[in-house]
Amino acid sequence: MKILPSEITPYKNYLNRRKFIKSSIATSLVLGASSGIQANHVSNQNIYNNQLDENDSLNSFEEITTYNNFYEFGMGKTDPAENSGDFKPKPWSISLEGLINNPQVLDLEKLLRNVTIEDRVYRLRCVEAWSMVIPWQGFPLAEIIKMADPLSSAKFIQFVTVFRPEEMPGQKRKLLPWPYVEGLRMDEAMHPLTILSTGLYGHDLLNQSGAPLRLVVPWKYGFKSIKSISSIRFVDKQPDATWSMLAPSEYGFYSNVNNLVDHPRWSQGTERRIGEFKRRKTMMYNGYEEEVGHLYKGMDLRKYY
Amino acid sequence: MISTQLFKKIKPLIFFAIFLPSLFWSYQFINGALGVNPIEKLMDNMGEMALRLIVLTLFISSLSEFKKFRFLIEVRRMIGLFAFFYVTCHFLIYIALDHFFDMTFIIKDIIKRPFITFGFISFIFLIPLAITSPKIILKKLGFKVWKKIHYLIYPAAILSSVHFYMLVRANKIEPAIYIFLILVLLVYRLYCKIIYPQLVR
Repeated sequence: MKILPSEITPYKNYLNRRKFIKSSIATSLVLGASSGIQANHVSNQNIYNNQLDENDSLNSFEEITTYNNFYEFGMGKTDPAENSGDFKPKPWSISLEGLINNPQVLDLEKLLRNVTIEDRVYRLRCVEAWSMVIPWQGFPLAEIIKMADPLSSAKFIQFVTVFRPEEMPGQKRKLLPWPYVEGLRMDEAMHPLTILSTGLYGHDLLNQSGAPLRLVVPWKYGFKSIKSISSIRFVDKQPDATWSMLAPSEYGFYSNVNNLVDHPRWSQGTERRIGEFKRRKTMMYNGYEEEVGHLYKGMDLRKYY
Repeated sequence: MISTQLFKKIKPLIFFAIFLPSLFWSYQFINGALGVNPIEKLMDNMGEMALRLIVLTLFISSLSEFKKFRFLIEVRRMIGLFAFFYVTCHFLIYIALDHFFDMTFIIKDIIKRPFITFGFISFIFLIPLAITSPKIILKKLGFKVWKKIHYLIYPAAILSSVHFYMLVRANKIEPAIYIFLILVLLVYRLYCKIIYPQLVR
């Protein structure tokens, strides 16, 4: 079986795609002098490799961008890559709403001038028991929260995906109640691991990956990392989250990766890393227990799954 | 109208048409052309094909009662055996490729997860049907006993379509169609075999 030429040499694979990727040197040179509407992504393989945890290797650009759950573009894993061509991620704005001192509509281009784009290599674990390792570029969600200046009554944040049925064919059908919504507790949202991503592999996010701006919360199942965010609402009560509303017994609000609490359909004890033959053992909090375990101290994780 | 004789001639073609997908997918699997999660894809393809063939045999059973479609009965056994072939592939992929013979895990999975339990029971129900498919065994058992065994196709069909229904996360229209078709065919069968004879008596 021909598994993974990409897994052995992901960089080679990546280089092949350089025609769509700004050269890393050129990008470094123009960094700071914001040229386009999007962030300037530095693509540097050494940075990615330095951030890789032991036993992990990067998934290829192709793997990451052709196997997606993004029902706005269809339910199949390859649908998002195939059906997202009409989606226009620029220009883009995000509205900050709710219990904050600075409600505003942020222009993404302007926003990106005021943040530093960082590289973050994270494992992504889907609730369907598959996983990937992805070199994201983005900035901490905390930066936007600071701009919003939440009131002390704001305990949770809700995120909303854009609703554009003309550009997102899946939204023409009632696959899910649209728009897709997700949420985090304030301390989860402020956690330094939580980022808003604008790119991966040094390339602006492709539409199927949630262009132009998506959440990445690496210790939670992938569906929490909402894509193509159009608004961020600060609220005082635990907000609705799409999957959790749809099947509360299957998807909890927290949805932290937990190898000990099984989903009724998938054992969460193991996972298939895309590109690998044998399953891996799933790690508590997707391997980020040291960083995030304290957030859930004293909570019954069987009740708050 | 197609005669049984003519239909027998094209039977080999039907054989290959149904066998071909498994060869094609295996070829794609070996050549890395089944996407980035090839094990899942191969398993899904085989399973869905099996379900389609099961529904097809049920259609044939009902249709072939009509004179016009009597010829269809010629391929029912073959299609039934192919359904079993695809289910077996689906099951073996689950054991060997998906879980790499991790039997403690697999047994736990079968017991704990209702959708896998249903799929597994459906597979078990199909085994006696496959075993009793040769004509010699039919003769040995007698038609009445043989037929009773083969009623197992209905619970097997229902369980496998429910297995598919439970697997799908949202928009369950496609698996619901399979369940609907199977129930319609089952009700029609019950009507013809039990209710109607009592009405005319």
